[in-house]
Amino acid sequence: MKAFAALLDALVYTTSRNRKLSLLADYLRDTSDPDRGWAMAALTGELDFPAVKSSTIRNLMKDRVDPVLWSLSRDFVGDTAETASLLWPGGNSDVHPPSVAEVVELLANLTRASAPAELPKLLDQLNPNGRFALIKLATGGMRIGVSARLAKTAFAQAFDVAVEEVEEYWHALDAPYPELFAWAAEGGDPPDVSNRPRFRPFMLAHPLEDTVVDLTDFAVEWKWDGIRVQLVRVAGQTRLYSRSGDDISATFPELLDAMPLDAVLDGELLVRGSQQGGEIGGAASFNALQQRLGRKTVSKKMLAEFPAFVRLYDALIVEGEDLREWAWSKRRTALEKLIARLPESHFDLSSLVEARNFEHLAAIREGTREDAIEGLMLKRRDSAYIAGRKVGLWYKWKRDPLLVDCVLMYAQRGSGKRSSFYSDYTFGCWDGDPDQGAELLPVGKAYSGFTDAELKKLDRLVRQTTLNRFGPVREVERTLVFEVAFDSVHSSKRHKSGLAMRFPRIHRIRWDKPVHEADRIENLRSLIRD
Amino acid sequence: MSAPFSWIRSEPWGVHVVPADCWVDPGRAVERALVTHGHADHARGGHGETIATSETLAIMELRYDTRAGTTPVQYGETIKIGGSVDATFVPAGHVLGSAQILLEHAGERVVITGDYKRRPDPTCTPFEVIPCDIFITEATFGLPVFTHPPIEEEIGKLSRALSDHPDRCVLVGAYALGKAQRVIAELRAAGHGDPIYLHGAMEKMCQLYQDHGVDLGELRLVGDHDKQDMRGSIVVCPPSALNDRWSRRLPDPITAMASGWMRVRQRARQRGVELPLVISDHADWNELTATIDEVDPVETWITHGREEALLRWCELGQRRARALALVGREDEDE
Ligand SMILES: [Zn+2]
Ligand SMILES: [Zn+2]
Repeated sequence: MKAFAALLDALVYTTSRNRKLSLLADYLRDTSDPDRGWAMAALTGELDFPAVKSSTIRNLMKDRVDPVLWSLSRDFVGDTAETASLLWPGGNSDVHPPSVAEVVELLANLTRASAPAELPKLLDQLNPNGRFALIKLATGGMRIGVSARLAKTAFAQAFDVAVEEVEEYWHALDAPYPELFAWAAEGGDPPDVSNRPRFRPFMLAHPLEDTVVDLTDFAVEWKWDGIRVQLVRVAGQTRLYSRSGDDISATFPELLDAMPLDAVLDGELLVRGSQQGGEIGGAASFNALQQRLGRKTVSKKMLAEFPAFVRLYDALIVEGEDLREWAWSKRRTALEKLIARLPESHFDLSSLVEARNFEHLAAIREGTREDAIEGLMLKRRDSAYIAGRKVGLWYKWKRDPLLVDCVLMYAQRGSGKRSSFYSDYTFGCWDGDPDQGAELLPVGKAYSGFTDAELKKLDRLVRQTTLNRFGPVREVERTLVFEVAFDSVHSSKRHKSGLAMRFPRIHRIRWDKPVHEADRIENLRSLIRD
Repeated sequence: MSAPFSWIRSEPWGVHVVPADCWVDPGRAVERALVTHGHADHARGGHGETIATSETLAIMELRYDTRAGTTPVQYGETIKIGGSVDATFVPAGHVLGSAQILLEHAGERVVITGDYKRRPDPTCTPFEVIPCDIFITEATFGLPVFTHPPIEEEIGKLSRALSDHPDRCVLVGAYALGKAQRVIAELRAAGHGDPIYLHGAMEKMCQLYQDHGVDLGELRLVGDHDKQDMRGSIVVCPPSALNDRWSRRLPDPITAMASGWMRVRQRARQRGVELPLVISDHADWNELTATIDEVDPVETWITHGREEALLRWCELGQRRARALALVGREDEDE
């Protein structure tokens, strides 16, 4: 627990992504199994100990500290775990601290009834830093700016393996990931994950910008306005993954049940309606889908009111056969054949857009009346399915206005009836490759473009992920992507990013999008038309 | 005779000693001032007469305009003011020259601690407990979350950061009066013999300490040296310079700060500190409460910091206490 507590502390005090990566990598190299695996799971939020809640800790403290002194302290410190770690009547020594594995085992065996008696025994063995780490571990929500992506990148860096491979195995394995460490750290065989459902990193598109492509080489699809998902069934087990590889199966149980065969499919998750793709068999706007996102359990009413389906783009694996090396056109043929075997109620095919030539395509894009369609996707007919964003294979051609994906960095309280909400948002773009240690630079500020319900959700996120307070402004952990719409962008000497946006507004909140996929400053700069 | 203790009054800008018409640590210029120590929230220029220890007067001369009358006193020395009040300056252990002031009038005893601490400090004389009727205590760290770890641990962290990163330097933000010299002296005591580099703003105060017999070893000015020279060294600067352009002249500094506030993570993060060092020149919660118990006054007056919690502690222990609302004494940058 000592090394883990020290790691947590060092991460708390480090803002540079590069230093975080090397702190994590050092810890992973220097720590033995299974502690390091549990630590990774804890940092990436994969551990859940239902018997220990923040209220469990508050109740423990109630018996030990005067309530007035507790609340004065809690107000000053601003964090329950930290306040408790400092006020616990334990003292400063930790002669025989338990290991992370011992702590995890103990916590996993706690019940609501046993926690109040057992937790104090653990707390007594630790010093304040150890107690802080323990409480954070037990109650979840580390909030120290370590995303799953960062942890995986650090893992790859620690053992000099490809992050894509780490990503593939990670999702199929359970904490403390002994097979993963045996492979990466000890040079063992790659983990055998063939019979377990797992996420394959998505193939992604570049913005088209000024590129003109020849339609004999490129096929065109609509870019639907839902969320990109991967549906995986292996040996009868089905999972649904979001863009970032999060398992969202529990949120969409009807899709799991509807999957009749083993396959890995790429598509857009949508809710039935008439706004995208026609009156019959069409999809509703993104707002309708929003009702379904982020829920841990789904009511019958929700299922009936907002029935979900997947509009398929691609097939990666079908009944054990890996199609990823195939050309897109060959995969498309396979997908068209496959769709006949999938229930219409939950699956359809993303249709191709036919255009005589590029100019005609531009006209089609301009003429799109359906607001909810995001734009066009252009895919090289001979492209294999390659994870990540490889230049020249896939392009996205978004509709106007100008849109850019930014990361929420700061929030400020609004005025008037919004004065109790953090409703003014400052967001940023990366100043380089986020996987190579790029940092975010603020590019703009917006306070409109979201519903009241979204505002409440944003406000909660801001409060829960606050890193720093500067008067009315809070700096938040970098977890959320905004799709920001704006009219134009100009160069500006007054801003550190060197540019200023005109009329930025929140176009959409991308709860699903990982922050490292937000746009870079250079993308924004390329839109400057001064 | 008037009501008990009516001769001592708390006003927003300081404690007024009525029969002597003088003020303790007044926040504005007055005819006659008793000053506990040289920090800006206690000492200022422009008074008609300033009564303080000779060390405090030397510090004040360096920092403020004290050209008008000064009356130096020694620790333990009692002087009569305004005919009927006896004032005695007693060591407070806070910084060089810092004193508690014992005031006696009509058989009643009042002690004003100024700022104080109970831990040993190689740069100043240790705190002494004086029995009294009214104990006017500071409460900068008057919350139970503040327990300062042993200084050896914190100095150890500093040394470890230095040896772990021989190509970088450790930049320690420390209050220019007191904290900086104490950190340097503690480093020396821990066997750190290498030259220590100073921000220009620290030079004169360090010299003053050395002139008063505090050994700080070899000190160098950052401005006189190349980046390369400072690799593997400790550099001390005022907290305000930590994230300043100034620090660009240093070799990849690890940002540290020596302050009691570093106990709380959020505080360290607000400062952009990578290496928080919990080193304080104030009493921590346990010391504040233990000192009140030891002094065992009839009444405790609390100034300067987080009064509510200490007030609550007094209430729980059935001690008479009140909070004084003094202006300009918030969150000392200690
Ligand atoms: Zn002071
Ligand atoms: Zn003070």
